[in-house]
Amino acid sequence: MYDFAYQKPSSVADAVKALGAEDAKALAGGQTFIPVLKQRLNKPSVVVDLARLGLAGIKVTGEAVVIGAMTTHGAVAASAEIRRAIPALANLASMIGDEAVRHRGTIGGSLANNDPSACYPSAALALGATITTDRRAIKADDFFQGMFTTALEPGEIITSVSFPVPAKAAYMKFKNPASRYAMVGVFVAKGPAGVRVAITGAGQGGVFRHAAFETALSANWSADALAGIATPADGLNSDIHASAEYRAHLIGVMARRAVAAAG
Amino acid sequence: MPQVTLTVNGKSASVEVEARTLLVELLREKLALTGTHVGCDTSQCGACVVDVDGVSVKSCTMLAVQADGAKVTTIEGLAAADGTLHPMQEMFREHHALQCGFCTPGMVMSAIDLVKSHPEGLTEAEIRHGLEGNLCRCTGYHNIVKAIAAAWPLMHGKAMPAAAE
Amino acid sequence: MNAPFEGIGASVRRKEDLRFISGGGHYTDDINRPGQLHAYFRRSDRPHAKIVSIDTAGAAACPGVVAVYTAADLAAIGGVPCGWQIHSKDGSPMAEPKHPVLAEGKVRHVGDPIAVVVAGTRQQAKDAAEKLDIVLEDLPSVSSVTDAVAPGAPRVHDDVAGNICYDWHIGDKEGVDAAFAKAAKVVSLDLLNNRLIPNAMEPRAAVGDFDPMSGEYTLYTTSQNPHVIRLLMGAFVLQIPEHKLRVVAPDVGGGFGSKIYHYAEEAMVTWAAGKLKRPVKWTAERSESFMSDAHGRDHASTAQMALDAEGKFLALRVSTLANMGGYLSTFAPAVPTYLYATLLAGVYTTPVIYCEVKAVFTNTVPVDAYRGAGRPEATYLLERLVDTICHDTGLDRVAIRRKNFIAPDAFPYQTPVALQYDSGNYIATLDAAMKAADWAGFPARRAAAKARGKLRGIGMSTYLEACGIAPSKLVGQLGARAGLYEVANVRVHPTGSVTVFTGTHSHGQGHETTFAQLVSDQLGIPVSQIDVVHGDTAKIPFGMGTYGSRSLAVGGSAMVKAMDKIIAKGKKIAAHLMEASVDDIEFKDGKFSVTGTDKSRTLGEIALTAYVPHNYPIETLEPGLDETAFYDPMNFTFPGGCHVCEVEVDQDTGITSVVNFVAVDDVGRVINPMIVEGQVQGGVAQGIGQALLENAAYDAEGQLLSGSFMDYTMPRADDLPNITVGTESTLCTHNPLGAKGCGEVGAIGSPPAVINAVIDALKDFGVRHLDMPASPQKLWAIIQSNRPRMAAE
Repeated sequence: MYDFAYQKPSSVADAVKALGAEDAKALAGGQTFIPVLKQRLNKPSVVVDLARLGLAGIKVTGEAVVIGAMTTHGAVAASAEIRRAIPALANLASMIGDEAVRHRGTIGGSLANNDPSACYPSAALALGATITTDRRAIKADDFFQGMFTTALEPGEIITSVSFPVPAKAAYMKFKNPASRYAMVGVFVAKGPAGVRVAITGAGQGGVFRHAAFETALSANWSADALAGIATPADGLNSDIHASAEYRAHLIGVMARRAVAAAG
Repeated sequence: MPQVTLTVNGKSASVEVEARTLLVELLREKLALTGTHVGCDTSQCGACVVDVDGVSVKSCTMLAVQADGAKVTTIEGLAAADGTLHPMQEMFREHHALQCGFCTPGMVMSAIDLVKSHPEGLTEAEIRHGLEGNLCRCTGYHNIVKAIAAAWPLMHGKAMPAAAE
Repeated sequence: MNAPFEGIGASVRRKEDLRFISGGGHYTDDINRPGQLHAYFRRSDRPHAKIVSIDTAGAAACPGVVAVYTAADLAAIGGVPCGWQIHSKDGSPMAEPKHPVLAEGKVRHVGDPIAVVVAGTRQQAKDAAEKLDIVLEDLPSVSSVTDAVAPGAPRVHDDVAGNICYDWHIGDKEGVDAAFAKAAKVVSLDLLNNRLIPNAMEPRAAVGDFDPMSGEYTLYTTSQNPHVIRLLMGAFVLQIPEHKLRVVAPDVGGGFGSKIYHYAEEAMVTWAAGKLKRPVKWTAERSESFMSDAHGRDHASTAQMALDAEGKFLALRVSTLANMGGYLSTFAPAVPTYLYATLLAGVYTTPVIYCEVKAVFTNTVPVDAYRGAGRPEATYLLERLVDTICHDTGLDRVAIRRKNFIAPDAFPYQTPVALQYDSGNYIATLDAAMKAADWAGFPARRAAAKARGKLRGIGMSTYLEACGIAPSKLVGQLGARAGLYEVANVRVHPTGSVTVFTGTHSHGQGHETTFAQLVSDQLGIPVSQIDVVHGDTAKIPFGMGTYGSRSLAVGGSAMVKAMDKIIAKGKKIAAHLMEASVDDIEFKDGKFSVTGTDKSRTLGEIALTAYVPHNYPIETLEPGLDETAFYDPMNFTFPGGCHVCEVEVDQDTGITSVVNFVAVDDVGRVINPMIVEGQVQGGVAQGIGQALLENAAYDAEGQLLSGSFMDYTMPRADDLPNITVGTESTLCTHNPLGAKGCGEVGAIGSPPAVINAVIDALKDFGVRHLDMPASPQKLWAIIQSNRPRMAAE
């Protein structure tokens, strides 16, 4: 990777200030960012490490699960509180990367990066999460703006994510056989934000909601309700592991399995 | 250049590095701990796994500066001072869980974390899933899975709960 | 107290493991020499292009840069040589275009090295390499063999018409034509053998060192055969005489063939060390491994079998296009010819066979031997063809194999494609595998799976391979530019401990243990008293290295011969000491004794006498107890066996799970069953990988689409089942150990067993064949396209 200056501020305000420098980049868990740096696909002037901002932590109330931005996937997966409140979220976290990656990778990093094959964006969108930053609260509906693009302004730092507790939810992931990222990930939820189905890994524009599935499930929350609803392949990714048509098919399979798992 | 101070295998070290230096580069090149290996550049293979503050970490996907103040254990730090091997090391040898030995340090470090973090026991499927981040090209994993299952009772000081077997 | 049995047949725990489980291994990238510099190769990102210009000034001016080299600097050195010459049907030698160390004038594949930067650190070299100003002008390119032989295809090498390296054949064309004309049935099959990337977990690395005072070069490298590298690089590339070039292959983290070959990077660091008078190190990043390690397989074939009305094989006709890549790698020409077509009789009595092979240049990474090398391709073709015959005719998959097996009493058996098998019992391995896999109980398991909505299938392959390629005289006639013997030096030290120096190389095979057991068995001393040394041309007289499952059969036999010499000499010393006739001395369990008396001397006592010859037949016998033997085998060895695979296919997703795998192999004499089992399991894992997961994908122009572990599907722990291994041994009849080899059987026998099982699982869908890998996407598409038909039926 290219060399850079390294800063590890102790407050969110200092971090925001440091990120004001030209070509400054924030470092959360680094499990995507460091590989990107190693491939020399990014040339930051300064890397601002968010590890000392006190942003890790989990708080569960009756209505919501609030996860600090620097909370690792491992911590979410292992949280008994989250397993009770939104088991689908803990399950999702337990399927990201591998054990070692989950020990470093963070929810804030995942959402800010908005990798089209990341798992978390589907949960945020399906559960109607609210993403809180150093300066505002952003609805998930407004947050994801296409592949690797979010509503975050330059230098804006996610501090926490709040997930309303749903009545039912489940996540099903079809892993890319090689990378193990989501080739198709489907998060289904029935909660305060209504019935929502969010698809990750498949869309050219990143995570998206599946209107036809949502309509069907709103009328009848069962896997059978999805039978016969074809997902158009338009706008879906195509690569050596999966054509757009195959992804479209898998969206249906994973959605049915998710609904079945959600009960 | 940034200064990194950390504890590696119980010994304190303070090293000046470029900010872009990876933890694995610090270990191999600055501290001559070459037991930790680099097998890929996409954080997939796990040959570089070490223990940082009690959990397994891919040392090729962590900057050395991020490890400032951390306690790191590498494969070289597993055996007791008198040379007694860690049970996982013993079981890898006993069950022929290694051939060329290149993935072995990372595999052993991941396996230890896996067993430690599953006090309730581990099924074969759970062990296989738990090794998702470690590639081995020699063994077909069969004997690695056996070795980890055999190390569980030694590490927890009791028989593997029947339900897990 | 009885010492534990450590000889032939004992599962002795490995001597080498202590260092590997403790982080004490000593791999090439662990080596750092004083004053060392680092090399970084700037490689082509284009499949085929003219090099218009290279401006090195910007790179040379970067911090830490010591030198920048391009082909223009290498005018005095040779190209990377090819070690095997094949002649075409018409007698002409193969096309052998130059393979320059750095690209000259053109680049011919993504990854082709164009320039090298040498700097103080690896990062400095890499930083500077980006500042090289290289202008490339794209040329039309081609990646697949079928495209490359099409009329008007772009030429990879200007002087190689039609991209044909050679157009070779073997067998009896007229005989086959005649048999086909009379056949009751002919079954044809077109099939691809997918290209694989070996991906040993240790990336290649090389450190060149030069001592200006002695003029001696040292190369530390990730090699399976350091003596061969010394020979090829010294004689053909750098013109360094052997006594001034030492090649060390220390601990090597897996090879699977990819580390047999002499690579440009080895020559480059050695040459640069001499120029700069400082050590120069290079370690591949994995992304470089993907585009610079020799790939494996990549065949497109048509196979046709002529049968009589009862399913007896009458004749086999095969036509194969084999991808060579952009240049010829060291042993590439031999792989689709003598390691492939000669295996097409398999375990069957097919009386006439004809095979033609065109080797084809393409704009891809060079292709060479990968675990099995030619034999997996032959086995896959044959075993898929046999199952396809059953598909087309309704014959039973087991019965047809039994009907066509070479009978256990038919050995030695001369095939119509040059090989003479010395021993084997294919019925025994078939029966054992079917029993272990509970073949008979399969219908019930299929029904149970169906009830769960899963498609279950079972498949087998009955295969044979040829190992320990030899003898030297024959392979020389076939085009090998080296001998294929092996060398062992057995040194009994004065107090009776032993060091064995072997010309084979261990990169996971456990030679330090297996060979120590061999010595323990023959000389009667404990394994702890025996060290095995390999991988250093300064220590070992000579050697051809480790590949083709040859180490025990050839290297072990050399060791036996050397130990025979030790014992023969020991007997003379013992006879002198005990005042007996040499003919009356017998050696057993580490003791020389006089027959019929209680007089004896231990090996240690004899060794001490040999080195302290105070009471010694000095007039007739030299002091010392140190013997070297070269062993040149009389024939190949022929392991074989039966693999049975059982799979379940998820109809909804197309995912195939291997639910059971049984391998029963005849590997001849087994020295360490634990190690043999591990070798077979590892080979099967690679075979399952080829069948279900792995594929080196190029686009039509030659861009590598699977250039990292993010896209190339390596088998992981949760992709694989437990692998049941059995052995049913017949002994090799022509080497002293009766050993056949076990390193490749797993990778050779397994891919067709897996695909045959997948096809069986899909039998209700009317699927006749599918090409590897049987990926979820592929199976889903097959299931989709056949579903309407099923509904209509």
